[in-house]
Amino acid sequence: MRRRSGFEATADPVPADGPLLSIRHLRKSFDTNLVLDDVSLDVDSGDCVVLIGASGSGKSTLLRCVNLLEVVDDGVITLAGVDVTDPRVDADRVRSRVGIVFQAFNLFPHLSVLANVTLSPMKVHGLPRAEAEERALAMLERVGLSDKAAAKPDELSGGQQQRVAIARALVNSPVLMLLDEVTSALDPELVGEVLSLLRELKDEGMTMLIATHEMGFARQVADTVCFLDGGRLLEVGPPEQLLADPREPRTRQFLARIIEAGRL
Amino acid sequence: MARAPQPSTPAAPSVSSAGANWQPSQLQRQRLAYRRGRTVRSAVTAALSTLVLLAVLIGAVTSSPGWPRVHETFFNWDKAKDSFPAVAAGLWLNIRVMLICAVIVVVLGLALAILRTLRGPVFFPLRMFAAAYTDLFRGLPLILVLLLLGFGVPALSLGGVSFQPVVVYGGAALVLTYSAYVAEVFRAGIESVHPSQRAAARSLGLSNAQALRYVVLPQAVRRVLPPLLNDFVSLQKDSGLISILGVIDAIRAAQISTASDFNYTPYIVAGFLFVCLTIPLTRLTDWVARRQGWYGVSGGAV
Repeated sequence: MRRRSGFEATADPVPADGPLLSIRHLRKSFDTNLVLDDVSLDVDSGDCVVLIGASGSGKSTLLRCVNLLEVVDDGVITLAGVDVTDPRVDADRVRSRVGIVFQAFNLFPHLSVLANVTLSPMKVHGLPRAEAEERALAMLERVGLSDKAAAKPDELSGGQQQRVAIARALVNSPVLMLLDEVTSALDPELVGEVLSLLRELKDEGMTMLIATHEMGFARQVADTVCFLDGGRLLEVGPPEQLLADPREPRTRQFLARIIEAGRL
Repeated sequence: MARAPQPSTPAAPSVSSAGANWQPSQLQRQRLAYRRGRTVRSAVTAALSTLVLLAVLIGAVTSSPGWPRVHETFFNWDKAKDSFPAVAAGLWLNIRVMLICAVIVVVLGLALAILRTLRGPVFFPLRMFAAAYTDLFRGLPLILVLLLLGFGVPALSLGGVSFQPVVVYGGAALVLTYSAYVAEVFRAGIESVHPSQRAAARSLGLSNAQALRYVVLPQAVRRVLPPLLNDFVSLQKDSGLISILGVIDAIRAAQISTASDFNYTPYIVAGFLFVCLTIPLTRLTDWVARRQGWYGVSGGAV
């Protein structure tokens, strides 16, 4: 019950002037491998920011740093005006306000679909079971899977599993959604159902930071596209400019390869 | 047996209206007949080779020069009947010891395993204690632990600890040794749960303890159930070792019975009863493993 007050995340003060998420001079390395090098980025409330870049360019690590799943080496991440990189911050509280969806879904295989979604509302936010299930069912309805509530994750298709993972993240009413290549493990037919769900979220005003290889999707929904290369934020711009007429030769090279592979 | 493909029945693929109307094709019927033939042949071969092997073994043992005496001292039917009630009564003690120890072993083993996974500097002494405990009691032969507890603790003459029934020291020795084994089984299970599961749990705001309790442990315990039951089969059998402390269990009862006439048949009776106890538990282990879909290398088409 301790963190009950943190459940209505929108009740927390979100400064009207500053960006919802602000990343300044972020640096992260694993041993000698520098994964993020002086990355600075702002995400305004209601914005959809898409990260593109080759595998290993640091997209996933950036998302994991924002959700405090990685400890940063240097730099500051501010969420709604609060410095979340401060080691004294309550990481569990921050995480419960930020939803993350992983490439490999990471559903809990021993729990039913419904229990996957109710776990956090019940255990973190202390909601009674009935209320948690009501919220969870509404959220499953939202992603079109209320008929699968009793199923186990491995009885679902990949696209359905990913939609459950999105429902599981959304049920906490997050102020920010982080999506880490959420369609990369899906076959082309299932990609569509997940992307259209994300489009709807965007239309509802959800703030999203998305790492993806789906350039067509990026062009449609992104307010801003960021190109990451070797851990550096090389180019930031509106999708129509960055995807069609990039300034940096490295960005042009990357996009040319993507077009070659038939993904744009 | 291999047949050439039959080009005479190409059976143009027609759009089937309903699966209910399916009739096995000629080719499929031939395959089934062939497989049935092979099954019968396998069964006959297995039965024959088993019979031959048994005959050779029994022949070799019973034709040995000392067989009549061995038969008399180890496989005496009348002696078996005489000793059976005492041995079976002793076995009841083994069963009770095993059941009580198993419960304590699970609790203690799980606690030790969790201690070893704790992070943070505060828990360093607990982590070190758990590691030292498992190292020590996995390494010490059970019989040494039995002797140390069974004869050492009473000699201390400590009030409350030293004047217990002998069976308590025997049980305690079993618990000490087996909880070390079981702790390692649990730890292996905890570490086998992929880090992404913990990450997913933490990303939802669950604390480290909540992630362990609701996400990691349920998956870990399911995975280690077969090796865990295996340890309990072993515990059941090793409960016979407490007889060295003088507790009258099945083994001790058999020993007492042999002392009167040096006929060792009661040991065979005790052994037979132990096997009768462990076989159902072993089958249960197999069943649990199979139900979880762990057919191992012997399952599937290949």
